[in-house]
Amino acid sequence: MSPKWYYNFKIPHTPPLGGSIMHMADALLSPAVGATFCVASAVALGWCSKRLRTDAREHLVPLMGVLGAFVFAAQMINFSIPATGSSGHIGGGLLLSILLGGPAAFVVIASVLTVQALFFADGGLLALGANIFNLGVFPCFIAYPLIYCPLVKRAGEAPSKNRLAVITVFAAIISLQLGAFGVVIEMQMSGISSLPLRTFLLLMQPIHLAIGLVEGVATAVVIAFIRKARPDLVDANASASVNVLSSALFPTRIVVTLGCLAAVMGGLLSGFASSYPDGLEWSIARVTGQSKLGAGNSSIHQTLAQLQHQIAPLPDYKFAPTEEKTSVGTGESDAQQAWPSVDAETSLAGVLGGMGTLILVAGIGYLLRPRRARVPRQV
Amino acid sequence: MSGIEALLREVRLLDALASRSTWLSRLDPRATILVTVAFIAIVVSFQRYAIAALLPLAIFPVVLARLGDVPLHRVGIKVLMAMPFALMIGLFNPLFDPVPRMELLRQPIAGGWLSFISILVRVALTVGSAVVLVASMGIYRFCAGLDQLGVPTVLTTQLLFLHRYTLVLAGELGRMNLARELRSGLANAVPLAVYGSLLGHLLLRTLERAQRIHRAMLSRGFEGHMPIREAQRWRSIDTVFLVLCLSGFIVVRTTDLATLLGQLMLDVAS
Repeated sequence: MSPKWYYNFKIPHTPPLGGSIMHMADALLSPAVGATFCVASAVALGWCSKRLRTDAREHLVPLMGVLGAFVFAAQMINFSIPATGSSGHIGGGLLLSILLGGPAAFVVIASVLTVQALFFADGGLLALGANIFNLGVFPCFIAYPLIYCPLVKRAGEAPSKNRLAVITVFAAIISLQLGAFGVVIEMQMSGISSLPLRTFLLLMQPIHLAIGLVEGVATAVVIAFIRKARPDLVDANASASVNVLSSALFPTRIVVTLGCLAAVMGGLLSGFASSYPDGLEWSIARVTGQSKLGAGNSSIHQTLAQLQHQIAPLPDYKFAPTEEKTSVGTGESDAQQAWPSVDAETSLAGVLGGMGTLILVAGIGYLLRPRRARVPRQV
Repeated sequence: MSGIEALLREVRLLDALASRSTWLSRLDPRATILVTVAFIAIVVSFQRYAIAALLPLAIFPVVLARLGDVPLHRVGIKVLMAMPFALMIGLFNPLFDPVPRMELLRQPIAGGWLSFISILVRVALTVGSAVVLVASMGIYRFCAGLDQLGVPTVLTTQLLFLHRYTLVLAGELGRMNLARELRSGLANAVPLAVYGSLLGHLLLRTLERAQRIHRAMLSRGFEGHMPIREAQRWRSIDTVFLVLCLSGFIVVRTTDLATLLGQLMLDVAS
């Protein structure tokens, strides 16, 4: 049976609010930032897999598998947000942590994000590390063990439904705020987007306040239902997780490692990786308490332009700025490839050549098109 | 419902594509995974204003899609679906980066527009190559490749489970939601009160299913990880493929082939 290629692509009426807005794309990351977060997530994953090997719950492997599939399916169902006319869906990070505990939930989230990246082009392979970090580390290793568990423990033996709901919503909001902050920082360090840090933060954090609220409410109603139907599932895990927090099993080492990695990235890479030193400038302003490098975007440009005028051997406002664009990993060839040194004729050559290349690629694609006689098929 | 149906259709379609035997699918999965990751790394390593220099890389996903017999319009649809977020972020570039960086036909072009177009080209290239990767090998061979590359077994096992049970649970949730829709005037979004019990019931069924699966697996000799079939032997064709692709990437990365072609065209024209 040969598969049919027909595909009815439907655009949803209004985009539902959910964690998926946070998925980074490969195209917005620089290789250094992407690779660093891949390493960070791989370290976390390695620790989790080591930790799970000693887990006493014997049916954990199939449980993780089906719960991952559950979150996947649940993300497809939207619930209406009262009085807004909008809708939202669950992201699942916190729900998985509550049901499975941090390490197992982290592995499940990593797998869900991998399948989303592969099958649904949601996020990318290089961005997978950053996405796992933003959507996995924050709910599983920060929001759940450091916020949800202590608050539930403090609420006593049998916390009321409302109190539990408030705790869940609070934990979800913190987790999503951290995740959104992660996205902003990663993108700033990559320097592909020109959004200034402050504008980007003002854009992302309020949106994720709403998304966090949606995530928290969705998680809270599901947890409330489960607590009523199978209280053993939620409560057993909560107490077990409090133990995790207080015992030597808490990932102190991993938190320290990730913190160090983040510090190294923040301190070293941002200076090289970002095209405008917004991140650096922001942190300088924060540290020194003065914003002499300029608060607004235009002043940043002016400051840079002045700097360029002083440094550039042939000051020319239009095409002077060259060095600020140097990004990590492209050092050796940037000197010869930098746009500003390109004259009009070379630009024309670039445009013509680009078109020519696309035509050539299309031609090759056409020549290689499948012909029944040429492409052997085994069904 | 459209979301669940789309999910099921998407997974089944990619599985159907991956189940065929093509030139690409006969390669060792490790070679294809490594080359695709290298390709994505090369694409994102270009400086932010690069457009023309990136375009020769388009040959890679196109040729690979043809070798894997993956329909190009499917790849195109996937690329379009992945576009919105990058589009949203990229559209700010012209606003915040108005300094002219290029002159074309005596018109200065702002750096923001160049980096915006560069982002779109990057999305097309990275998403395109990832789609071809999955459509040509499928989740099973992908996991086998990851396993051989040293990725923790817990993740590959989890991926296989996830893929298998996504179809089952999405189908189940689809039926539950259909029953709800038929009784509620086909409302698209679920009221919050119903949402909790809908997902809660599915969760309870899921947990019971997990226990049944576990017993069934134990009775078939399950030892904590999924057995992945005999490792595929690395053949010389895999080495040739790997070396050819990597050297091609390096050439494109170090030489601006498109501008060279353009200059050649200008020389011929004058």
